[in-house]
Amino acid sequence: MAVQTANVPPAEPVVKKESKLASVAKFREIGLLIFIILLAIGVQIRNSSFLTVENVMDMATNTAILSILAVGMMLVLVTRGIDLSIGATLALSGMLVAQIVSINSGFSPVLAVITGIGIGIFCGLIIGGLVSWLGVLPIIATLAMMNIYRGFTYMVSDGKWISSYQMSESFVGIATSSILGINTLILIAIFIYIAAYYFISHTRTGRHIYAVGSNPESAKVTGINEKKILMLVYTLMGGLSGLCGVLWVSKFASAQGDTASGFELSVIAACILGGVSIAGGSGKLSGVILGAVLIGILNNALPLMNVSPFWQKGVEGTIILVAVLLNVAVKRGVERNHLLRRRI
Amino acid sequence: MAQKNIQPYMQRTLSADRPFSTRQFFFQWEWLLAAILIGVIALNTSLSPYFLNINSLRDATMVFLDKAFIVFPMAFIMIMRDIDISVGSTVALSSVVMATVYNSLGASMEMAVVTCLLVGAICGLVNGLLIVKFKELSAVIITLATMILYRGIAYIILEDQASGNFPEWFGFFGWGYIYGIPFILILFVIVAFLFGLLLHKTTFGRHIYAIGHNDVASKFSGVNVDRVKVIVFTLAGLMSAVTAVFLASRMGSTRPNIASMYELDVIAMAALGGISTAGGKGRLIGTVIAILIVGYLQYGLGLINIPSQTLLIVVGALLLFAVIVPKLNLSRFKK
Amino acid sequence: MSEYVLELKGITKRFPGVTALNNVHFKLKKGEIHALMGENGAGKSTFIKVITGVHSPNEGEIFLDGKPVTFTNPIEAQDVGIAAIYQHVTNYPDLSVTENIFIGHEKVHPKTKRLLWREMYQEAKSILAQLGSSIDPKREMGTLSVAQQQIIEIAKAISTNARIIIMDEPTAALTARESEELYRIAEGLRDQGTSIIFISHRFEDMYRLASQVTVFRDANYIGSWGVNEITNDQLIVAMVGREITQVFPHKKHPIGEEVLRVERLGKTGYFADISFSLRRGEILGLTGLVGAGRTEMCETLFGITNYDTGSVYLKEEKLQIRHPKDAMKKGIGYLSEDRQKQGLILQWGIGRNITLPALERFSKRGWLNERNEGQLAKQLAEKVHVKAKSVFDLASSLSGGNQQKVAVAKLLTADLDVIILDEPTKGVDIGAKSAIYEIIQDLAAQGYGIIMVSSEMPEVIGMSDRIAVMKEGRITKMLERDEFSQEAILAAAMSETPDKTKAG
Repeated sequence: MAVQTANVPPAEPVVKKESKLASVAKFREIGLLIFIILLAIGVQIRNSSFLTVENVMDMATNTAILSILAVGMMLVLVTRGIDLSIGATLALSGMLVAQIVSINSGFSPVLAVITGIGIGIFCGLIIGGLVSWLGVLPIIATLAMMNIYRGFTYMVSDGKWISSYQMSESFVGIATSSILGINTLILIAIFIYIAAYYFISHTRTGRHIYAVGSNPESAKVTGINEKKILMLVYTLMGGLSGLCGVLWVSKFASAQGDTASGFELSVIAACILGGVSIAGGSGKLSGVILGAVLIGILNNALPLMNVSPFWQKGVEGTIILVAVLLNVAVKRGVERNHLLRRRI
Repeated sequence: MAQKNIQPYMQRTLSADRPFSTRQFFFQWEWLLAAILIGVIALNTSLSPYFLNINSLRDATMVFLDKAFIVFPMAFIMIMRDIDISVGSTVALSSVVMATVYNSLGASMEMAVVTCLLVGAICGLVNGLLIVKFKELSAVIITLATMILYRGIAYIILEDQASGNFPEWFGFFGWGYIYGIPFILILFVIVAFLFGLLLHKTTFGRHIYAIGHNDVASKFSGVNVDRVKVIVFTLAGLMSAVTAVFLASRMGSTRPNIASMYELDVIAMAALGGISTAGGKGRLIGTVIAILIVGYLQYGLGLINIPSQTLLIVVGALLLFAVIVPKLNLSRFKK
Repeated sequence: MSEYVLELKGITKRFPGVTALNNVHFKLKKGEIHALMGENGAGKSTFIKVITGVHSPNEGEIFLDGKPVTFTNPIEAQDVGIAAIYQHVTNYPDLSVTENIFIGHEKVHPKTKRLLWREMYQEAKSILAQLGSSIDPKREMGTLSVAQQQIIEIAKAISTNARIIIMDEPTAALTARESEELYRIAEGLRDQGTSIIFISHRFEDMYRLASQVTVFRDANYIGSWGVNEITNDQLIVAMVGREITQVFPHKKHPIGEEVLRVERLGKTGYFADISFSLRRGEILGLTGLVGAGRTEMCETLFGITNYDTGSVYLKEEKLQIRHPKDAMKKGIGYLSEDRQKQGLILQWGIGRNITLPALERFSKRGWLNERNEGQLAKQLAEKVHVKAKSVFDLASSLSGGNQQKVAVAKLLTADLDVIILDEPTKGVDIGAKSAIYEIIQDLAAQGYGIIMVSSEMPEVIGMSDRIAVMKEGRITKMLERDEFSQEAILAAAMSETPDKTKAG
């Protein structure tokens, strides 16, 4: 094989190489889309109530929070980090805002959202500081802060729930009202996608996040401030978690100590399914949204297909594992192809 | 430089005696830990008059020692600069399988316990093999995936139910005494001793440290890095199953959501014990003291009716303390 | 205005434990290609980083157009027109070509700060066209060949309007044809008035391009000459520090029976059709350009990676090596090229490093015996003359030469027949070099078969009994002692059409 390729002029294999790689990269998202469509058709055949406008809208609202968090998580993963604390941050912000609202029923919804984001940003800043300034491993820092935030949530709630009757209608309306027939939650999610798209592909800072993840050593030589980028990424993640805390509490009209516990795993799963590289440097918004949609469909479809809800975690775990392993296998295949094409 | 009187090429003998530095001897992490442990016991005593007596100190170990078994292999893993966050799920899965084998398949309890240990070891083996075969992926991501998967399987097996009805003798693991000493404490001492020997006195332990400092150089020096990693992750799975046995025995039953967040406690204990998350550093004696610190702290706070959820904050803070303090101190020691 | 665009005076840069630059000088004229030469570890790379603001010097001054300047970060140097193309390509494999060109100085909308992608694509395209390249600016960087990435790095320098471009061994990983392409680009830039500092090991690079040459040796400034004023030999003396013949005390050692035979070894994408044999007491020099597949080939012999085709016989026994441990058991040892990353555990003492490959020799059923261990370590460290107080001294506290001696001592723990030395004197100071040469000769005299991989031609010529030259994954020439010459080696290493008669 190697001997035969030896006589090929160098220009040609280079061109082939590119089309091959590009097709692999595109394949991932198109493949994911095809998989989603096939899954939807399959579920529809088993249960015709799946693809009704009502159910699809329901699914979209349920997936909105997941996909908002996945956008933030993507940026964290792109810098080669991870954030396990988002479920806890979400719960803390949700609980604190719910308490404010339950005491002060006149509290404006806009102010509630801003308060939630503020709490999230504060939580994120602490993690960003630990990771960037003190050099604590992201997994360790976020594992510790996850516990601390979760503990605070229990502490401020004193073990009690805050339920719908304690919340004003306007507050519950943040996530349940609709504009032009579309649920506000979906609109907020779309707004976040657009803002994130602009940020990561049309601003210098956004691109520098990818640069730091792609090659931290080069970033140093280029003069990119890695610490600032890490700080920013975890703060954004915190802010989004804080926002989602308010949305969550508003949507489910209840705030509890264990709100969204374990939710970080679904978010990370969505990112991995969406093709975000855990080794850093790459990850696309479209992929992440598709990944979140897939998880949303699974959550919605399993009960519709009469699959016990207890299978959900097992299915999710299997899919994540298969997705990451498949990713590596594809990469190895591409590399092997490169080697075959080298002239020797 | 060569003109000086040192005559470097003439010196041909090296000392093979370990240099002893008083300064180094006293600046050991373990002394700080010992001081904290004494502080914790003193604090507990001042908060609760029932705390400071031998019976209380002894019986408290029955409550918190179960997860301690995982700390040792976790320390090995962290010395190798890896991490395993699937241990809590492994505890759940192996205990659920044990209960199911006993209750639904009608096997003997002895059989069930053996199956439990086997399942734990297999979970660890799978982690180890995946980590070794897919080097492009970090241990974080692989054990994150298996963490969800293992607990998912536990849910599939037992759904939302608890399973118990173990024979009476099974309660001995969690509540039994031998010569007035809790069985779990005896086993803990033995296991700690064995793991200590393994880490500090054998070639296997030396290889673990070598991998933690520099896995590439270890491979070039003939260390079978892959084999060491697989064995250590399998040990972590096996010890998780041991924890599962004790936990199920103490609780009298098991359910798929038990041992959730154990990974945090375990990692926190190891880190507090002086196992560096940057790899290559730490001794097992430190983790033993750290286990006692966390255990007595949780037990003591429980005595004065501080809700268990608040303890999350304490463990999280201890973990941060353990990883941040060495970073701050290092620069000062060097001066 | 000064005659020189860039002038550095008395630059000293210290790192913990080492002085990387000691009072060095440099002068660069406008529109000049200035070669900077010196052996590995001479301080060239640090010097560049001082110019580009990655490191700040401890002492000394930098003048730009005669005015003193200081850079605290790479962006400041970039702003005044200094750009560097580093030896190890420092790009972002996941980003597009355009982004790689413009990163750090992106074009943004003056008011909204939005990135102006279209303008950047246009300019990237025109710069690449100017360099005679048709690479699509939207391609992902990681999909390009090394030579193409090199061109992108140059495009990046041009996009910053650099007046001074530093090229650190840009030809190291390129084929002759690709190098020629690079020469053409460099000359084009020079003719437009750009000044270029060109760093290379290759004499032909210097003769082909440069008009001025400056030599560093062991962190010191040795001198600066016009290329036409200095002979090849004088230049070598300046770089190496003495006549080459003095360095290699070639000992007579008897050459015995064949110990290793390699037949048609191949690994897809790295090397193919490698055949040679090695006898006891023989030093086989293995040379060629960086990237010729030498290290990859040696690593498969040692079991770090596995070969795909061919077979290896040690003492007439066909080997099945999966892992370095197998290789060492059978009798093959390997001294790796990168001492710091692959050779030693720097945080460990000398003793533990030496005994790591041979723990079972003084342990019983896996139990360590620290007393035996200390004795063995002491004995071996003394055998190779490691300069240290005790076997507990940390490996990181040793000089490069002493670290290498410790690495050699590690090989002596096992019962070996063949020792592979990959760049054994890389980054080692001259004094320690001759000590290492002596050790190698001693080993050969003791009957080990030795394969010495080296890029330094005087070293290969001075030490070897035979020389195998590799080029692009194949052995292109096997030279006997009477055929040794720099010209012969270069011809085989660079020849565009390798002798492929055997491949058929």
